[in-house]
Amino acid sequence: MVLELKKPRPVWQIMFSTHHTDVGLLYLVTGLAFLFMAGVLAMLIRTHLFFPGQNFLISDSVTFNRIFTVHGLTMLFLFALPVANGIGNYLVPIMVRYKDMAYPKLNAIAFWMNPIGGALLWLGFSDTSWVSYAPYSVIRAPGPAADMMIFGLKILGISSILSSVNFVVTILKCKHPDLPLRKVPLFAWSMLTVSLMTLVAMPSYAAALIMLLTDRLGVSGFFNPTAGGDPIAYLHLFWFTFHPEVYIFLLPAIGMMYELIPRFSRKPLYSQGSGVFAFVMLGMIGFASWGHHMYSTGMDFTTKVVFMIGTLAAVPASGMHVFNFLATMWGGRIKFAAPMLFSVGGIALFFSAGAGGVLNSAMPLDFISHGTYWVVGHMHLFLTGTIAFGFVGMVYYIFPFITGRMYNEKLAKIHFIMMLWGTVQVFFTQHLLGLEGMPRRVYDYPAEYSSWVQLNQIATVGAWILGGGFVAFLINLLYYSSKGKEANMDDPFGLGGKYYYPHTAKNPHHIGY
Amino acid sequence: MGHETAEWVMVGVVIAILLYVGVDSWVVQKEVEEVPADAETVKVIGQQWFWSFEHQDGTKEVNTLHLKKGHAYNFEIYGKDVMHSFNIPDWVVFEDVVPGHVNHAWFAPDQAGEFPIQCREYCGLLHYNMRGSLIVEDTP
Ligand code: HEM
Ligand SMILES: [Cu+2]
Ligand SMILES: [Cu+2]
Repeated sequence: MVLELKKPRPVWQIMFSTHHTDVGLLYLVTGLAFLFMAGVLAMLIRTHLFFPGQNFLISDSVTFNRIFTVHGLTMLFLFALPVANGIGNYLVPIMVRYKDMAYPKLNAIAFWMNPIGGALLWLGFSDTSWVSYAPYSVIRAPGPAADMMIFGLKILGISSILSSVNFVVTILKCKHPDLPLRKVPLFAWSMLTVSLMTLVAMPSYAAALIMLLTDRLGVSGFFNPTAGGDPIAYLHLFWFTFHPEVYIFLLPAIGMMYELIPRFSRKPLYSQGSGVFAFVMLGMIGFASWGHHMYSTGMDFTTKVVFMIGTLAAVPASGMHVFNFLATMWGGRIKFAAPMLFSVGGIALFFSAGAGGVLNSAMPLDFISHGTYWVVGHMHLFLTGTIAFGFVGMVYYIFPFITGRMYNEKLAKIHFIMMLWGTVQVFFTQHLLGLEGMPRRVYDYPAEYSSWVQLNQIATVGAWILGGGFVAFLINLLYYSSKGKEANMDDPFGLGGKYYYPHTAKNPHHIGY
Repeated sequence: MGHETAEWVMVGVVIAILLYVGVDSWVVQKEVEEVPADAETVKVIGQQWFWSFEHQDGTKEVNTLHLKKGHAYNFEIYGKDVMHSFNIPDWVVFEDVVPGHVNHAWFAPDQAGEFPIQCREYCGLLHYNMRGSLIVEDTP
């Protein structure tokens, strides 16, 4: 078995390795560590908001603002991207039947930029919010926090570009000549799509960060109106990167579900072609909708309409993924082990998140939802409900292949139930809070609004349940990776083994050219 | 029905729903943005962390805005420092405050009472407390 850590090795051997499975493991461990760190911040935020007028947990609004900023930055750049890269490192070379990533050293360098960028974000603890809108981030955000954040994000952005180059070359150039591109498994297709998207999307934010920095230093005034600049320019540069980026966060999780669902349904995938088509469509149309984040900035009517059409145009492709999953499960002999449970839960939440997304794409409705808790609920149904569900399912799936041991299935099911319950309770409730008009990113809210108080309390209890699920996850990861039952490495999930496991390909090292 | 047909039907239904959402939004938004000719202009200035208002007749107010029932008002929205968002949730009045730009939003209250005004774009330290109130008076 290729993925297995056959013998325990000293940590430094893994740390200084450039082999794709070692780098993959580093990415995974780092990404999951940051997930728990950012999760603690989320628990602080939600617990603080349980009562209005409360200040014993978080004593002032600056601290609160710093906490939600670092929570968001960490979840996106230090959890979502690294975990996708980690699984990508494990599986992509095997799926295209090559001995490693195309550029192993570059791969290791790209990984090691993550802890450095992460350290800058956490040591700075900026208060700009993850979007860092100008002019706040230029004229008001305190340094050195904001400057450290800019440098940290710069480093993480470069890391993301380097690893994207690596995936593109690995998949397109190092693929086994006998394997046609259209037959490459869909998870690798998702990594190819998001890597190409990153190469197009990231430069605009990279430029914006440099401009923010020089603006902060006072040597330029790109985004500063008192120096002749325009904050709207920042918003365009930012969202040109980050609307596509939301698909960059999403698609690897969808790709992972494409790995898990056929296997646990014990049926071939319904349609490879439909999956490839939907990835490519999302990869392109994802670039046509960034303006839906800016409807209320004073955008003229025609521009709003164009961006609304661009946003809605991406929806059928998402529908095709959902259809593909359902058609694959249809009539299958489904085994509801943890990886499958998380995939199915993720699909259901993906569907509800998409339905909510269509609503806030509609211009008049966005004037109700924008800047409120609705948007917080919307994005978390994707980020927690879909992306984290897909990732967690994949981590459970790959667990025996990495550790040679089984996690505790009962604990994993408890994790699943608590996470699904918690996700629904927190994020559906936040949609309602948004409809009640509660703005996002607020340290406190008036005690006389009883509906806000009630909904906040419901959401907070949901967050505790969600957090409890992650405690179960942590036990599974820490305890059962060394103390769990030894896994049957030929078929750890007892699926019958008739189905093709790319990572069981013998000695892929010798298959390359 | 085979899966293939079902997939086309699904795509068709999704596109139909999207067309409906798109066309309906177009119609509604078009209507919403039509400012009545007799709307009175009210200047709104958002800054860290309070609202100031200036009526057409030159009277100024801070954080509390008095308007009359049955009149149309067109807000002219100015910013002084960072971005904010001018919001009266009960009347779906919502537009960003962008320093260097002048933005617009209008409404015509047909009900008297007191309604909250708040900031809906993160603007730092006291963003959560950048609240005011709108008082719609019943006088004709
Ligand atoms: C069906 C697909 C989707 C549609 C139609 C959609 C639509 C929208 C719209 C219209 C907004 C702007 C809301 C506002 O601020 O007023 C928005 C915000 C957002 N969406 Fe989506 N979205 C979709 C998919 C996704 C996915 C897949 C993700 C993440 C993986 C995502 C993450 C976000 C985030 C993070 C924001 C808010 C950013 C912020 O202001 O901090 N969305 N979405
Ligand atoms: Cu977007
Ligand atoms: Cu504000």
